[in-house]
Amino acid sequence: MRRSALVVDDSRVVRKAARRMLEGFGFSVREAEDGEQALIACRAEALPNVVLLDWNMPVMDGITFLRAARAEFGADRPPIVLCTTESEFSRIVEALQAGAQEYIMKPFDATILGGKLAQIGLLDAAEVPA
Amino acid sequence: MSGSSPDTFAAIAGLVKARAGIVLTPDKGYMLDTRLAAILRRGNFASLAALAQALRDPRGEPLVRDVVEALTTNESSFFRDGKPFEHVKRILPALHAARPAGARLRIWSAACSTGQEAYSLALLLADQLPALAGRQVDILGTDLSREVVERAREGVFSQFEVQRGLPVQMLVKHFIQEGGKWRIKPALRAMCRFEERNLLGEHRGLGGFDLIFCRNVLIYFDTPTKAKVLAALAAQLAPDGALYLGGAETVLGLTDRLVPLPGERGVYGPAPALARSA
Ligand SMILES: C[S@@+](CC[C@H](N)C(=O)[O-])C[C@H]1O[C@@H](n2cnc3c(N)ncnc32)[C@H](O)[C@@H]1O
Repeated sequence: MRRSALVVDDSRVVRKAARRMLEGFGFSVREAEDGEQALIACRAEALPNVVLLDWNMPVMDGITFLRAARAEFGADRPPIVLCTTESEFSRIVEALQAGAQEYIMKPFDATILGGKLAQIGLLDAAEVPA
Repeated sequence: MSGSSPDTFAAIAGLVKARAGIVLTPDKGYMLDTRLAAILRRGNFASLAALAQALRDPRGEPLVRDVVEALTTNESSFFRDGKPFEHVKRILPALHAARPAGARLRIWSAACSTGQEAYSLALLLADQLPALAGRQVDILGTDLSREVVERAREGVFSQFEVQRGLPVQMLVKHFIQEGGKWRIKPALRAMCRFEERNLLGEHRGLGGFDLIFCRNVLIYFDTPTKAKVLAALAAQLAPDGALYLGGAETVLGLTDRLVPLPGERGVYGPAPALARSA
């Protein structure tokens, strides 16, 4: 079965870049522009194998989505990787306490993304570009 | 277009080979342009040929060092390749059990670059091997390049570096944020010591090690140099210890003092004494 990812970001450019990297790793990719759209996407179909989640978005921000998803779908389902320009220590801790599995501080590249996916067991370390 | 004539290339490549063992093939000529540009600027050298000339001057030792260091490749990351660290987790409890109480376990990160390999081992010991509690573990990181050894000693990493290979839980637990950078906490820093050391040299003075990491550096050496370095590492390795090489490196055909550990990739142990021909 092909692994699936949901990319949640209000920037089309970021979604496109993330999509390219994830497809490169063999994931099928869905996109959402904010937390609310992401919740709808999660309810509509099978939960993705991973959610790549921006923090600052209109309508519903990432941390709100994260808390809602943890309440609705479970403590570690779907796995959620924050992917944000928020790089303060306190923010990272906040996201982890809210139930995020991993955290990417933008800017990022395929090595960082692949490494994080490997970290949560969705990719073999050998598949990550050096 | 490379700015070095064959003579200039040969002179600089010869120096790097003699000092560091690193083989620069002529197709790497562009490396001289890119890596030495800063040295040319700083020293006001008009060209690589002028630099090569200055390198012949016996008083040019600091310059020679700078050039050799500039031509090393220092790429590294935390928990690089993953698997070796899994093996460490499995072998350390056995080594712990085999050593008398009070003896220290010693780990050597030979060619440690900016320290990620040594600190990965410290992180692993801190988080995942409480079974070793009370056992003192010393981690020594060495590298030819003064610059990377200084950075390793600092223990400060960029946002990019801490996102390569390091689980975020370890980041928040064991690093302190300083502006946009991340400093490893004193307790982990204290487990590691860093010093300058050329792998081509003599290592007997270092004493024995239970584990040796020597990864992604032999790839730069020619066959006789690889063989010599491997034999020297084998001499420092405990009989029940392990040597870790990089993904593209092997001992096969280079030394009979080391044999692959069954079922492992890139992990080697000392050959049983009888099997040795020399
Ligand atoms: C690519 S890094 C590998 C770092 C780390 N072992 C890893 O695998 O991530 C190679 C390092 O080898 C060092 N090096 C090259 N020649 C050396 C020599 N003759 N003696 C000691 N270190 C050397 C370089 O300075 C560089 O930091």
